[in-house]
Amino acid sequence: MAVLKVTFTKTNRGKLAQVLWVLNWISVVTGIILFSLGLFLKIEIQKRRELMSGHEIRSVPNMLIATGLVACCINFLGGKICYDCVDTNKFLRWKLLMLPYIVCTFFFTFCILVGALMCYTMHNQLEESLFQGLRGAMRYYKDTDTPGRCYLKRTVDMLQIQFQCCGNVGHRDWFHIQWISNRYLDMTSSEVSDRFRSNVEGKYLMDAVPFSCCNTYSPRPCIQQQVTNNSAHYNYDYQTEDRNLWKRGCHQALLDHYTNIMQSIGCTVLIIWLFELLVLTGVRYLQTAMENVLRLGDLDSESDGWLLENSIAETARSNFNIIKNLGKCYQVDDDPNINVPSVAQQEVPTRQIPVAS
Amino acid sequence: MALLKMQFPLHRRVRLAQGLWLISWMTVLAGAFTFSLGVYLKTELLRRAEVMDNTEIHVVPNILMLVGLASIGNYMFAGRICQDSLDPSRFPRWKPFLLPWFGLSMLLCAHLISAVVLSYALQGSLEESLKVGLRNGIRFYRDTDVPGRCFQKETIDRLQMDLRCCGNTNYRDWFEVQWISSRYLDFTSKEVKDRVRSNVDGRYLMDGVPFSCCNPSSPRPCLQEHLTDNSAHFNYEHQSEELNLYNRGCRQALVDYYMGLMNTIGPGILSVISVQITVMVSLRYLQTAMEGAAELENPEDESVGYILEKGVKETVTNFKGAFLNLLQPGSVEVAPEAAEVENVDKATSPPASS
Repeated sequence: MAVLKVTFTKTNRGKLAQVLWVLNWISVVTGIILFSLGLFLKIEIQKRRELMSGHEIRSVPNMLIATGLVACCINFLGGKICYDCVDTNKFLRWKLLMLPYIVCTFFFTFCILVGALMCYTMHNQLEESLFQGLRGAMRYYKDTDTPGRCYLKRTVDMLQIQFQCCGNVGHRDWFHIQWISNRYLDMTSSEVSDRFRSNVEGKYLMDAVPFSCCNTYSPRPCIQQQVTNNSAHYNYDYQTEDRNLWKRGCHQALLDHYTNIMQSIGCTVLIIWLFELLVLTGVRYLQTAMENVLRLGDLDSESDGWLLENSIAETARSNFNIIKNLGKCYQVDDDPNINVPSVAQQEVPTRQIPVAS
Repeated sequence: MALLKMQFPLHRRVRLAQGLWLISWMTVLAGAFTFSLGVYLKTELLRRAEVMDNTEIHVVPNILMLVGLASIGNYMFAGRICQDSLDPSRFPRWKPFLLPWFGLSMLLCAHLISAVVLSYALQGSLEESLKVGLRNGIRFYRDTDVPGRCFQKETIDRLQMDLRCCGNTNYRDWFEVQWISSRYLDFTSKEVKDRVRSNVDGRYLMDGVPFSCCNPSSPRPCLQEHLTDNSAHFNYEHQSEELNLYNRGCRQALVDYYMGLMNTIGPGILSVISVQITVMVSLRYLQTAMEGAAELENPEDESVGYILEKGVKETVTNFKGAFLNLLQPGSVEVAPEAAEVENVDKATSPPASS
């Protein structure tokens, strides 16, 4: 007994074919949307590639771009097929291609689902990648004279200004690294050499932050130097002052930004997946209905359409047997034509063929 | 002798009407485009309204918005006229509307041209408005506790960071203003007292700038204080240092920004003007050709279309005469009859001579 059998009259088949033709063209448009979403995500990640380490992140937009392109091609072909299915004569030239086309569409629809799920599961990879990337960028903030790192200062400053954040987790991250290059430090001064000697690694550490950490909403001109020293500034209490610098860490800010983008894209891709599933179901019904009508012979009669000819268990079993038998094609034992005792050998005596002289 | 006469056989009249209908609808879209350009320009001006002292420059986007809306209605009307023009029974009812339509169209074109001219002419006024607005913004930068001025600090900081500029003319403007509020100054300290006493008005002036003047492209962490003192910072020379702060003044930055915007909008508006003039001229030809065709024995014959029935000078004289008659209603009673007789004479004589 077939799975989800539906009976189609001739007009029903015609209408189904027309509707599917329109839906396939809409799917081409959704394929273009998918492609552009992948492109948008790729550009967003490219923009901040200096702050991300690792390349696993790039796989998500690449997957979306590839799926989008494949969607356009498959649905374009599907539109052509459905257009021809309205006329049963034209259907004949697509008859052999229909089943492979449906199998391809099934796998491709599965890929869309994988793409959507990847958007949601990228979170952990993104978190780790951003943490490492930001830490590296902050460490090389001072190296504006080293080729390959000279733009990191500008990148980090613009990031902190644009996303209104400071440091990796918080502003204290700047206290643990030397962010002023040695070329701007007067090594002869006793204050500088004291500071160098005061820590194990010989770095010039101070409780100060770059200017890009300053909060524009503060009522007071920005305090960047000696941030933890209450006596260094008049009317200042480090513990209660919360509007002087940006409170959020850039790791959290970037993570939120990318998570929002990925979630919106994931949602859209899921909707596109549901739509593609609908189109796939329709094309399957159309294919089985057309094949049955050809089998019946009478092109104007009713025919049945279904998703699977037998139940799911039986189809799975028969497919499994086919695969099993494919694997045994070189083993001779089971070949029924070998080792069967020939009747002719026992009953028919061997005849000597007279030699013509 | 008519001005710019052209012959219009039937097929050319039909072609003209169809083409004009299409162009009229394009002009409707152009009107919508003009309106949206006006809205965009106004939004951009309002975004920085806090650093502008007056709103004279707003006349440009206002004109664009009004003309855009009026054009949409006007040219929809023109499209309707074109649709009816080929039907001789329906065209006559539009006749009384045509002269006011031409007047309105010329008015709209004139307004658009004036908008383009004003956008360049008001540059000086814009600069003056920005000068005063920025000066006030910098002066009230420290008054974050005074209602009505508490937003100035944030506005100026955002402006300097977004437009990459510092101060009014340049960063030295900050040296002449006390931009640190007295509530954050320790008046018991000797240094503060000396500085306050060192100038006439008793203000705390210093050669320092706010953090928003800092240039992120500088290879060196930003130097904000003691800018003119070379010895205060290691390896620093005030005269040759140009990447530390933004070099441009915010007034120049804003004027450049708005002039750039208007220069981009300018060609769009000029093309809208040319399309509108095309529609006006074509509709005049269509009107005169259709009227000429209506007077012929066979309406499908060739007719003549023109811009003005008589030459420019004669039309102006006639117009002046009609205008003066309107102003002097008393003398109208005698004149029309005499004028009618004159016109009848003129009308009957040319056919006799031709």
